[in-house]
Amino acid sequence: MSQTQLTREVAKRAFASEFNDSTYAFKESDDERAPNYALMPTGDRANRVFFVGTLTETEDVGEDSEYWRGRVVDPTGTFFVYAGQYQPEAAAVLRDTEPPAYVAIVGKPRTYETDDGTINVSVRPESIAVVDEATRDRWVVETAERTLDRIEAFSEFEAEQEAPESGSTVPTNEYAQMAREQYDSPVENYRRDVIQALESLEELEASA
Amino acid sequence: MSDVPQHAADIHEQFSDHIDVTVEDVEERLATLVDEYKVPIDEARRSVTTHYLDEAGLEREDISSGSSERAQIEDVDEPEQWIDLRAKVIELWEPRSDSVAQVGLLGDPTGTIKFTKWAKSDLPSLEEGGVYDLRNVVTDEYQGRYSVKLNSTTVVEELDEEIEVGDDTSEIEGALVDMQSGSGLIKRCPEEGCTYVLQNGRCPDHGEVEGEFDLRIKGVVDDGIDAHEVIFDAESTESLTGISLEEAKEMAMDALDTTVVADEIRDRVVGTYYRIEGPTFGRYVLADDVEELDGPVDAESLLIKARSM
Repeated sequence: MSQTQLTREVAKRAFASEFNDSTYAFKESDDERAPNYALMPTGDRANRVFFVGTLTETEDVGEDSEYWRGRVVDPTGTFFVYAGQYQPEAAAVLRDTEPPAYVAIVGKPRTYETDDGTINVSVRPESIAVVDEATRDRWVVETAERTLDRIEAFSEFEAEQEAPESGSTVPTNEYAQMAREQYDSPVENYRRDVIQALESLEELEASA
Repeated sequence: MSDVPQHAADIHEQFSDHIDVTVEDVEERLATLVDEYKVPIDEARRSVTTHYLDEAGLEREDISSGSSERAQIEDVDEPEQWIDLRAKVIELWEPRSDSVAQVGLLGDPTGTIKFTKWAKSDLPSLEEGGVYDLRNVVTDEYQGRYSVKLNSTTVVEELDEEIEVGDDTSEIEGALVDMQSGSGLIKRCPEEGCTYVLQNGRCPDHGEVEGEFDLRIKGVVDDGIDAHEVIFDAESTESLTGISLEEAKEMAMDALDTTVVADEIRDRVVGTYYRIEGPTFGRYVLADDVEELDGPVDAESLLIKARSM
């Protein structure tokens, strides 16, 4: 089927380590209402993400009104989730859920620059649901698979760049190109994170 | 000028179903323009085509640019293609406009597609359940959905045979990431054959009516590659949530509010992984068969792959 403008943005899967490195935000057009994307270092864009992890801490960091921050941990790092009055349902879940708990979150990547100039990436949740361990494990495996697919495409793209005369037929990879221009961190780091995440599941299984 | 006979044959084929004209006649007209008046062949062809359009009382868009191709429904993937279909009329819908004579769903072994038959096309009436050879229909697209249009050049031939209709089944595995509005306990128009969901007690066709309760989920199932819109009817909503239509009505009655049902359903399904099987209807997949994916997962094969990369 042809892609239309009305197509819903897919929720991309990334581990916390890669998500938190996705500091470069961009739009595809000058239109004011054009969607915002975070550039993932393995060479994809994300307007929406889906992740499952352990909610380890919640805190109301708001001054005038409630503004909840949740820390959600996966095998590679921590997602920071912020929900205020414009995300009342998500804020209510953060207010009412007693950590630790497994949570599944759908949300939008947001970047902000701190006083010292570093860029932090956080999530503005569309929904937060309390889930079980099986769902968390399934997400880890699914995210590992999607991440490996991106790394594979990125590596093919890099090989092509280094040996253009080989005449290979790798499709152009616009976001890998962009990631190479914007980021320094090699994709190898994310492959190691995938291994670490999958090993954490295996260890659980072995100890069970 | 060896092109002339070929062009004449093409033009003749386009019109042979509509007017009584010989290839020789077409060729003579072309030859006159090309040989005597030195008109380029493309322009000559256009001129001759226009002449026959006038004679047949047709519009340019009514004829195909070449001969139409025999196709199957699953092949339809771009608009403005002229094709021949052999299909069964699965159902007929009520036309929304006077310019439409008939509208409904066609099926063949590869899938289903909407069709529209224009009133001015003056074609024979299609019967529900009938199997037809439809020659010279044109494809159309609206918001990613394809349909075919029967027009005044279409040839409809009823066939005395049965064809099996494929149901275009898709299988999706992914997380339910969103529940859309219009989910939960809804009211439908009770009029015969009308399935509209009421908005503030009103049906777009029948105005203010006493609605009938129904239960459904309009959800988005996303695997990180595609986001699929999925509709769960009352039966699959119950199997997913354990909430039956009767229980949903009681919940709404107790709370004096139907939205409690949607809230409860959302809590139970969002963030959960499912495998869904069912037919595709436009942009929706109808969840006929639903399985919650809560079993163990295999990390080992991926781990081997990751280590070897």
